[in-house]
Amino acid sequence: MSVFSLRDIRKSFNGNAILKGVSLEAEAGEFIALVGPSGCGKSTLLRIVAGLDHADSGEIRIGDREMSQLTAADRNIAMVFQSYALYPHLTAGQNIAVPLAMRKLTGMQRLPFIGSLLPGQRQVCADIQRQVQTMAVSLKIDHLLDRKPGQMSGGQRQRVALARAMVRNPSVFLMDEPLSNLDANLRVHARGEIVDLHRRAGVPTLYVTHDQSEALSMADRVAVMIGGNLLQLAAPQTIYDDPSHIEVARFIGQPRINLLPGKKDAHGIVQFGALRLASPSDAVSDASVTLGVRPEFVRLRAEGQGALAARVERLEFLGSEVIVFAKLAAIGETMLAKVIPGEVRGLVAGQAIGLDMDPAHVMLFAEDGRRLPATPVSAVLRETARG
Amino acid sequence: MTQTLTLGRFFRLSLLSLGALMFLAPYIFMVSTAGKDQSEIFSASLSLIPQHFAYMANFTKALTRVSMQNLLLNGVIVCGLILVLQVVVAVPCAYALAKLKFGAARFMMALVMLGLLVPIHATALPLYVAFDKLSLLNSYTALVAPFSISVFGIFLFLQFFRAMPDDLIHAARLDGMSEAGIVARVIVPNAWPAVTAFAIFSVVAHWNDLFWPLIVVTNQSYATPPLGLLFFRAAEAGDDYGALMAATLIITLPLVIAFLLAQKRFVEGITMTGLKG
Ligand SMILES: Nc1ncnc2c1ncn2[C@@H]1O[C@H](COP(=O)(O)OP(=O)(O)OP(=O)(O)O)[C@@H](O)[C@H]1O
Ligand SMILES: [Mg+2]
Repeated sequence: MSVFSLRDIRKSFNGNAILKGVSLEAEAGEFIALVGPSGCGKSTLLRIVAGLDHADSGEIRIGDREMSQLTAADRNIAMVFQSYALYPHLTAGQNIAVPLAMRKLTGMQRLPFIGSLLPGQRQVCADIQRQVQTMAVSLKIDHLLDRKPGQMSGGQRQRVALARAMVRNPSVFLMDEPLSNLDANLRVHARGEIVDLHRRAGVPTLYVTHDQSEALSMADRVAVMIGGNLLQLAAPQTIYDDPSHIEVARFIGQPRINLLPGKKDAHGIVQFGALRLASPSDAVSDASVTLGVRPEFVRLRAEGQGALAARVERLEFLGSEVIVFAKLAAIGETMLAKVIPGEVRGLVAGQAIGLDMDPAHVMLFAEDGRRLPATPVSAVLRETARG
Repeated sequence: MTQTLTLGRFFRLSLLSLGALMFLAPYIFMVSTAGKDQSEIFSASLSLIPQHFAYMANFTKALTRVSMQNLLLNGVIVCGLILVLQVVVAVPCAYALAKLKFGAARFMMALVMLGLLVPIHATALPLYVAFDKLSLLNSYTALVAPFSISVFGIFLFLQFFRAMPDDLIHAARLDGMSEAGIVARVIVPNAWPAVTAFAIFSVVAHWNDLFWPLIVVTNQSYATPPLGLLFFRAAEAGDDYGALMAATLIITLPLVIAFLLAQKRFVEGITMTGLKG
């Protein structure tokens, strides 16, 4: 059973549709990363889930409770903001204590001076202090509790923000690009910490980022959102190997996927250079399709060999691998090939080469971006011959 | 700073000094006059330093002829009440206009702008009539009530609050604060520079205000400092300028001292409202 679900969330600002029907379900303790390009509505979706903004339509459930009508405070959702949003006038310790104080103390007990005279207030305050301390120790920020946010580094603030969000045992945890203000080293380190923390707390988490490597490396499942639509929700490996939409393929993967125009004939055969793919479907003949192949499945061949003739434009050395940019002779598109450094020895810009694509890893997309099934034709022929 | 005195710098400095002297001249003259006796003030010679120091005599007169404590106390009560009410009203208003979305927000913004354009002199007469009908003339209420809503204050806080990050308010809502709680626990503690700046504008304006007290107060026991000076002149038949200047000095002194003490925060507040929070 899903512990947290969104159904058909829609939202528009001044007639501009920003969210166009987003649905999503999370299992208990699942870590879902929501990725998408800037401006696709990720933060808007989080704000709606948190109750800080209202959807035009749609349903938000936590457990078996419908949340749409509840206020932000009643949803028991915690959120870490991109800017951390710590209270500048309070120390780290006071910051972490705020959500506890707001829940455990009555309005009277929270008043300055008078509050401390009321019965029971002391007990609760001591309790809160203890919880803050435990949280701080587990995040290794106990030595910072007396500092104000202005006196802390970005990484320290990020941990205080995490602590403030975690301290009250929320039922869902939202994070909006919590690492984007950190430097590259710290970011990789903090990734591990957040995943670790999530394991221990076991709270379903929706983690927004526009950094695909963050999403792929941290999440149990990745949701790719583009232009207000949630195009695919699947395990990181599936998202990468088996994208269900051309936009997903285009967005995920570094260096980017090669996309080449092609045509499908009446028999459902797509031919590209010497490569032939069968895509059984009832589509009309001569339909335009797009072939996609990841750079690591492109092979370099000597001139005159391989399925495609090309000319090297430049090489990009990345240490363990080299990216070869090669312009296809037939259509003038630039194709990327990711190879190990040994393979490019002696290769120079301007040199003519041949390229091969691994037929098993070529994907086919319809004109509207949907993924089409595709089988290399040689395999089809062999099967029919055998059958 | 060890800057050489170039010609241009010399010129700039002299210009500034001249300007400062022009603005300070009346005050210096006041301090000087407060120490002169009657005959010297009306003599033909004009000297800055009194020939016989009559400070004691003049200050004694100033302090005994009218109840100076009463005037100062009234000033403090009226300015204090006005300031507290203005802040209590303006802060929530500005918060709502800056950070909450509601239908009439634009309309209310327009009203605030309009309010900035209407001087107290335009509404003085209807207000006077109203207080008269309510028999509230000669009271603290009449002195304070018309100023309890400061459009200028709303405007100033509005600019300041707009610069506060939305995420801070979102975080507060998620932490379980009510809107009133957000104003009291998040907005105000972070808005001290703006409040300080506003406090100085407000106190200076109302401490020195003669126009409105003159209209609604005829009873000496409710007189604010500037109005007290008028009564003092009347009581003194209007020609004991030495004593009058001594009284004026006593009345302006609290503000001058307060400004010197708060100078740093004052400048800070002014610049903070211009920058983003
Ligand atoms: N209050 C608002 N009024 C009008 N338009 C808005 C509002 N909030 C967001 N938008 C628009 O909605 C779109 C999505 O914004 P959102 O902040 O959700 O993007 P995002 O996916 O979080 O991007 P980023 O990765 O840059 O944070 C943007 O085009 C933005 O201009
Ligand atoms: Mg965002």
